[in-house]
Amino acid sequence: MSRKLLTFNGGVHPEGHKDVSNATPIRLMPLLPRYLVALRQHIGGPARALVQAGDTVLRGQMIGAAEGYVSTAVHAPTSGRVLAVAPHEVPHPSGLADLCVVIESDGLDQAIEFQPLDWQALNPSALRNRIRDLGLAGLGGAVFPSFIKLNPEGAGIDTLILNGAECEPWITCDDRLMRERAAEILQGVAVMRHMLGAREVLIGIEDNKPEAIAALRAAVANEAEVVAVPTLYPTGGGKQLTYILTGRETPTGGRSTDVGVQVFNVGTAYALYRAVVLGEPMLSRVVTVTGHVATPGNYEVRLGTPVTDLLAAAGGALPGATGELVGGPMMGFDLEDRASPITKAVNCLIVKDRAHFPASPLILPCIRCGACARACPADLQPFEMYWFARAKDFGKSQSYDLFDCIECGCCTYVCPSHIPLVDFFRFAKSEIWERERHKQDADQARARHEFKAFRLEREKREKAGKLAAKVAENKARDAAAALGGAETASDPEAEHKKAILQAALERAKKAKESVTPQNTENLPPAVEKQIAEIEARRAGAEITQPETGNSPS
Amino acid sequence: MLSAILVMAGIGLVLGAVLGWASIKYRVEDDPLVEKIDAILPQTQCGQCGFPGCKPYAEAIARGEADINKCPPGGEDGVKRLAELLGVDPKPLGEGLEPKPKSVAVIDDNTCIGCTLCIQACPVDAIVGAAKQLHVIVADQCTGCELCLPPCPVDCIHMEVVKEGVATWKWRYPVHAIRRVA
Ligand code: SF4
Ligand code: SF4
Ligand code: SF4
Ligand code: SF4
Repeated sequence: MSRKLLTFNGGVHPEGHKDVSNATPIRLMPLLPRYLVALRQHIGGPARALVQAGDTVLRGQMIGAAEGYVSTAVHAPTSGRVLAVAPHEVPHPSGLADLCVVIESDGLDQAIEFQPLDWQALNPSALRNRIRDLGLAGLGGAVFPSFIKLNPEGAGIDTLILNGAECEPWITCDDRLMRERAAEILQGVAVMRHMLGAREVLIGIEDNKPEAIAALRAAVANEAEVVAVPTLYPTGGGKQLTYILTGRETPTGGRSTDVGVQVFNVGTAYALYRAVVLGEPMLSRVVTVTGHVATPGNYEVRLGTPVTDLLAAAGGALPGATGELVGGPMMGFDLEDRASPITKAVNCLIVKDRAHFPASPLILPCIRCGACARACPADLQPFEMYWFARAKDFGKSQSYDLFDCIECGCCTYVCPSHIPLVDFFRFAKSEIWERERHKQDADQARARHEFKAFRLEREKREKAGKLAAKVAENKARDAAAALGGAETASDPEAEHKKAILQAALERAKKAKESVTPQNTENLPPAVEKQIAEIEARRAGAEITQPETGNSPS
Repeated sequence: MLSAILVMAGIGLVLGAVLGWASIKYRVEDDPLVEKIDAILPQTQCGQCGFPGCKPYAEAIARGEADINKCPPGGEDGVKRLAELLGVDPKPLGEGLEPKPKSVAVIDDNTCIGCTLCIQACPVDAIVGAAKQLHVIVADQCTGCELCLPPCPVDCIHMEVVKEGVATWKWRYPVHAIRRVA
């Protein structure tokens, strides 16, 4: 009973290098003295910190709550004390710092009580909220909050695809997970299926992983079909895998849910098993450490583990290493700082060397050979998009469906002129996003400005009305008093206001004087003495100043 | 034959008159060109262009009374887009006008006396507070126009440049050595 598989257009066959890291079982990292948990683990809103410096935490305790819709919670990876909630380097292509919770372990690794969920009895909406609070996010690379993808309402999803393709070279974390924990993965799949109401479950694995295919086939009964798909990069793309397995084409600008398919990574299914069946929040993930290191392999790493410590656990980089790559060679990025912690998004760490990652060759002009278009799995025309992105004509590059580009890197890989096409597409996309943000800001400002003008106009009218009434009243009174008392020249109300403002000014001046030298409070006596001496010297200098003078004449 | 031509000409005249009258009677209040220009302007409402806000500047451009290079917050890019819209050549920003990095105003809460003067100056109502209460600026709504700085009697407002964060970071324009083709 073999399924008829389709092939998407394009794709490439980069060298796999999988055997470097897939021979040994997943190893557990020892407990570390310090963890750095990033509050922003994925696109969408960062978590809101629930702890502050000095607090003690337990393993699994929620330290950041989901804020906004596209957001999930984060948890303490071990028990200990919060040292700080402060910006710190994170694994991001920008190399910028982002808010992290720094935790010093107490060495006890005490956990909160994990409560397994009775998922078959819970209603889907309650279950989704729990999954958000357990911090579940996709582990395949895009790291989208899982609870959103587990929402079946109105989507009409009939097929659940489990993505075990792992098509990027070097990466083997899903391979090892499938070999070693197939039964647990299937329990996670059962939860997904229950929540989505999917009829069919397909598990797609590239045929360069025979052990993983065998392990899952052995564990599966008849609830799912394990399909070996031909090895071709990027089979693991959601749209590509959907097409291969079901023949359904995702429309331009759409998602696979538009054609009744939801795709999850195998690692996410395993994490869901731990979360729902064991009640444990997402605290760790499997990370491939490979390339130019002493003991390449897969490591079960607590989220928040600094990269330095992970590299040390893998025996350290070998001499001649030229830096680290986060993710794979096709879609990954260079790590800026080894102090960065592992986040939910980091599936692989490759230590580079000259032999495997030579310096990028000089680029030549585009010869319009069309190789990039033939390799593009999204059926785009990369050379056209490149042409306009390079000229910063973003509207034009968008008209070539720039946003359908999955940034797989096939075009860059095949280009005979070595043009870094994807870099241009990422650049163009982020410029377009920024314009969109600016436009929204401008629209908001315009609306608020117009409202203010309207408000002022209304107030003016109201005031004019009141004034007219007052004038009429005054006239009547004046007439009644006839030649009565003496008129005060100035308006008492204005005088009163002036006095209030003057008093406030005085107060502010005093406040400023008393507040400005903020660093002179709570000083040790030694420093205070020093300050007193300096003040005395200053006072002396002031007296003598006129005598010494400072004019050079 | 002649009568047919006359009838046709007559109908044409009548319809033309109706159209002409309708265009006066039902004239649209908002000039679509002004709207289009206003859509390009950054809405900072700072008045650096010499007009009291973006809309008045847009109207002046539409009337042909103002040049297109007078808005520093819009930058060169804004001038380029205005030039495209109006079918004229882009030009550099006007003399002495320079775009500044996006900033927001911050009130020093130790010094603010709650005088409400900055609230009156803010073109987008981005400052909240009541008389004699500490005022706070809503950073998300502040356009960075700096109009609240001069009215403050105790000089407690200053501008802070908005720093690039992980969420707003942009991929840089790829710079790669290009090999000369001999
Ligand atoms: S592969 Fe490179 S040289 Fe060929 S058309 Fe594409 S961008 Fe141009
Ligand atoms: S990176 Fe984008 S344009 Fe290039 S091959 Fe992949 S999908 Fe096509
Ligand atoms: S300079 Fe630009 S942003 Fe400022 S008011 Fe004029 S048009 Fe608006
Ligand atoms: S708070 Fe100040 S700088 Fe910000 S928009 Fe209002 S007046 Fe302008």
